[in-house]
Amino acid sequence: MGFEKPKFKEKYENFIGGKWVAPVDGNYFEAISPIDNGVMTKVAQSNKKDVQLAVDAGWAGFESWGKTSVTERSAVLNKIADAMEANLEMLAIAETWDNGKAIRETINADLPLAIDHFRYFASVIRSESGSISDLDSNTVSQEIHEPLGVVGQIIPWNFPLLMAAWKIAPAIAAGNCVVLKPAEQTPVSILLMMEVIADVLPAGVINIVNGFGPECGKPLALNPGIRKIGFTGETTTGKLIMQYASENIIPVTLELGGKSPNIFMESIMEKDDAFFDKAIEGLVLFAFNQGEVCTCPSRALIQESIYEPFMKRVLARVEAIKMGDPLDSSTMMGAQASTDQYEKILHYINIGKEEGAELLAGGDKFENDAYPNGCYIQPTIFKGNNKMRIFQEEIFGPVLSVTTFKDLDEALEIANDTIYGLGAGVWTRDVHEMQTLTRGIQAGRVWANCYHAYPAHASFGGYKLSGIGRETHMMMLNNYRHTKNILTSYNTHALGFF
Amino acid sequence: MSTKRVESTQKTNELIDKLREKHGTELMFHQSGGCCDGSAPMCFEVGDFMVGSRDVKLGEIHGSEFFMSPEQFDYIKGTHLTIDVVEGRGSSFSIEIPLGVRFIAISRLYTNEELENLEEIEVE
Repeated sequence: MGFEKPKFKEKYENFIGGKWVAPVDGNYFEAISPIDNGVMTKVAQSNKKDVQLAVDAGWAGFESWGKTSVTERSAVLNKIADAMEANLEMLAIAETWDNGKAIRETINADLPLAIDHFRYFASVIRSESGSISDLDSNTVSQEIHEPLGVVGQIIPWNFPLLMAAWKIAPAIAAGNCVVLKPAEQTPVSILLMMEVIADVLPAGVINIVNGFGPECGKPLALNPGIRKIGFTGETTTGKLIMQYASENIIPVTLELGGKSPNIFMESIMEKDDAFFDKAIEGLVLFAFNQGEVCTCPSRALIQESIYEPFMKRVLARVEAIKMGDPLDSSTMMGAQASTDQYEKILHYINIGKEEGAELLAGGDKFENDAYPNGCYIQPTIFKGNNKMRIFQEEIFGPVLSVTTFKDLDEALEIANDTIYGLGAGVWTRDVHEMQTLTRGIQAGRVWANCYHAYPAHASFGGYKLSGIGRETHMMMLNNYRHTKNILTSYNTHALGFF
Repeated sequence: MSTKRVESTQKTNELIDKLREKHGTELMFHQSGGCCDGSAPMCFEVGDFMVGSRDVKLGEIHGSEFFMSPEQFDYIKGTHLTIDVVEGRGSSFSIEIPLGVRFIAISRLYTNEELENLEEIEVE
């Protein structure tokens, strides 16, 4: 089944204070779709002035939003989810055109997960409370949650709507107002989402400013009016965000990627059953979202006793990956998100070849007859060793580096031999191995006999250079609020010190 | 003569000149890692990015210093970098992005002869 190319307006303004607002200096930049490298529309090229308008609008909105009851806030989050769900297909098509990913992913993963994120936070804020302690017979301590105020959020281009939902939903559920800057590669789908939810959203609660990092992201991160900054992206900008945050002494949440190991123990091949089939797919998930996932299982570690027969089955599955028109629901892999990413990935494929890694699949661009000018790359597998650059650097493309290990100890050593620690996968039928490996791996999310599941009620975040803080799960609410302690004395007598 | 670890193309030099003129200041580079636009060089005005005390200076390109974290240097040290420019839209705070181009690091392995003459770099 094929979907029609979406229609966009000629240009889009910023969404500030509940209204569409033209950029102060009147500049717009062209939004390009990686599907055909054609111009899809124009969006605001904002700068410091627009950011200030958005921060001011956020504080104006916070006057009332910060005081709403959880009942009211929860209702608004549910209405956002309902409005998105009613427009799921339209938003999914726009997301595919903006980012390049296959429509079957946006319809079945990106949008449903984003919608559920709003529903999840709508529900958890209704069921939690602060705490009260009797410290002694006359003294009561109350721990009360209060929102921070206006928060800044800078999101990536690999899951534009889902990453927006991950950041926006907990922030507004906690009573904050948001100023969000989308990535410049994917600035459009979020604007369509705002069109859909504008009617159910109080003014100033969510403000979107588009623009380039140095012109718009930097002034947002530096703005003294924000009380927190959340960022997903790469390490150098992550360091800059922390540096800027130090100027205003505000907290940061950083998610900076990884080089996630996916470990396959020999017991997976004890039977040729449904679970073994699941494990094969578990390896091939490196190609999910064209490999543009912070937790892409881009290092497969396979026990050497099963390497040959396992890889034979894996390679057959990789060969069956269907590339083509991203708007066709049978297409499994779409376009890489932008031309510079495309060039970077092809360059890393060359590095792998130069380093002497053995090319087992792919290894080149994919000529897409439907869109000859788009950014398409074949799913690629190299065999090598963990010291090679293709095993250590995040490629952010459909490139898998495979190596073998002798035993559990060596598997763990290779898995942890990375500067990152975001995701990991472990596949085994042995519960003892499973426990040793999942606890031994230094990463914030370890998938045990599964991979690439992102439920709202499970925390997500990094160890080591993969970042600071967690996303998803209700614990995220505490990243977006103060704890106020009210210490009350019922004793009418002086201390007696003075 | 010792082997340089990082060099630049003519296109890169021209872009550096253009950015220097636009910003009216000297520039520096820091190689990024991690997701999204990671594994790419970032260009900043000197003084904007606080270079880490343990960061490794690989050299200079067209008069601008080029740094990376020691952890990244550890696995990149066997390869020579050439900084080039490609069309495309990156995110990140690198200052060439509004011009619709991105700096990119092209790597190649050193020859044996080059390896013997590599510039010494101290890493903490």
